[in-house]
Amino acid sequence: MSGKVMTMAEAVRRFVPDGSTVALGLSLEPLIPFAAGHEVIRQQRRDLDLVGPISDALFDQLIGAGCVRRVTAAWIGNVSEGLGHCYRRACEQQIPRPLEVRDHSNFSISLALWAAAWNVPSLPTRTLLGSEILRTNPGLIVADGLVHVEAVRPDVAIVHVQRADAMGRAHVWGPLGVTEEAGLAAGAVIVTCEELVDASATLSDPNRILFPETKVVAVVHEPGAAHPSPVQGFFKRDHAFYRDYAEQSRTVGGYEAWIRQWVMQVPDRATYLSRIDVESLRITQHRMSEPVDYGDK
Amino acid sequence: MVAVASREIRDGDLVFVGMRLPILAYAVARNAHAPSARGLFEVGLMRDQPAAAFLGTMGDPPNVAGALWATRMSNVMALMAQGQVDLGFIGGAEVDRFGNLNTSYVGEPSRPTVKLPGSGGGADIAILSRRWVTLMSHERRRLVEKVSFVTSPGHGDGTPGWRKRNGLLGGGPAAIITTLCVLRFPEEGGEAYLASVHPGITVDDVRSATGWQLKVARQVSETAAPDESELAAIRRFDPDGFWTQPA
Repeated sequence: MSGKVMTMAEAVRRFVPDGSTVALGLSLEPLIPFAAGHEVIRQQRRDLDLVGPISDALFDQLIGAGCVRRVTAAWIGNVSEGLGHCYRRACEQQIPRPLEVRDHSNFSISLALWAAAWNVPSLPTRTLLGSEILRTNPGLIVADGLVHVEAVRPDVAIVHVQRADAMGRAHVWGPLGVTEEAGLAAGAVIVTCEELVDASATLSDPNRILFPETKVVAVVHEPGAAHPSPVQGFFKRDHAFYRDYAEQSRTVGGYEAWIRQWVMQVPDRATYLSRIDVESLRITQHRMSEPVDYGDK
Repeated sequence: MVAVASREIRDGDLVFVGMRLPILAYAVARNAHAPSARGLFEVGLMRDQPAAAFLGTMGDPPNVAGALWATRMSNVMALMAQGQVDLGFIGGAEVDRFGNLNTSYVGEPSRPTVKLPGSGGGADIAILSRRWVTLMSHERRRLVEKVSFVTSPGHGDGTPGWRKRNGLLGGGPAAIITTLCVLRFPEEGGEAYLASVHPGITVDDVRSATGWQLKVARQVSETAAPDESELAAIRRFDPDGFWTQPA
């Protein structure tokens, strides 16, 4: 092991302490760092403030496990199935614990992260004028006919990417959602990757490097870490897995059984992957881009 | 609903597509009357051709392969903030007669009886796109006198010029497409009226499933049933009925 490479358990132990503000699920539906979230649940982290745009099931799982004190997000549920049952139970019945909600829209959470990235108190926008989200989130202030979105600064952002080197230079492709502003705003970034590659590969295409290496504190080589979310060029979305989670998590007992089966009784990601049909999800029809020329030296 | 929604897309439109049924509606429109429409997706994508395979979400790999643009969300929002999005689709749990949508809370936000997922990009589309349409199952608990919470503003309190006075950029909701009918709004905003009923549905059916005293157009037409090409496109893009079969 060299550079910043470490196991998921070590990355979470060192960089996701109790009480931290954690940004994850930043590309919306693809590249969701489920393996990192599951490790957070196994290590029984508490009082986290989760930050993200929309969350496809992972926030719901962390909320159900009692890890979360507050969510700062635009949408929390299960994208192809609908409502998040743990999220509902937390907000409606304080099960397993009360949850504070900081509502945003997708645009306003992006602006909140850009404000933090640029180190300004807030950024103005016309979105959310006329919305009652202005009433429930004290970080949205109307003045001079504009909404001023207060900065949201994560302690740590966790991202999953297609490939990275040991210094944390990450290559990612596909839609980015709010990944860039979240990483720049965060105090530190944990990168999990499908492939751990030599620096010569990442440095061959510096435009594709997601974050400055100075932001990245940990690199975890964890193929399949985004399952059941998709990874362009690697894995399809496992729709049936989302449906099963939605069905089982309707009750507290069903959710607890799911978490035992897929998180608590699973020591690591390799074991988890051995329990699903990985091959049926692997993308086999490739579509390569043209290389670009960075000459002149 | 999918076929009716697809007809809201005009040829050449830039469409903020959203999730679920609108993804299908976009595919149907592209294959029928709107061959030069383009779709925008808040995940950070622009496309012309609909994806070649089934989509469970807008971020699925078939929606990225062959995209016109893969980028960050704030770039897509920039186009919408500039007034370049002609049409948006928004889903909702509750809507009122002025087209205000609730996707956040049923009951008091501090102690909700139902916590809904939230805005996502819905409020952004409602405020910034030039016009938008919502799709909804037609039930009294959904088409309500007053929504518990305005997540995505429509025509506000229904008074003329409400959106302009409050600084909202786009024109607001143009239609509510339901499982029974199509409700439309006057050009200048205000209150929804019943414009057409789906085949086999009566005006009384609609009235009794609506939570407010519904205005009715002088001449209520029958919604045109999906034609063969629309049905063929729906079957092609949703082959297993994931979105179009009742659960």
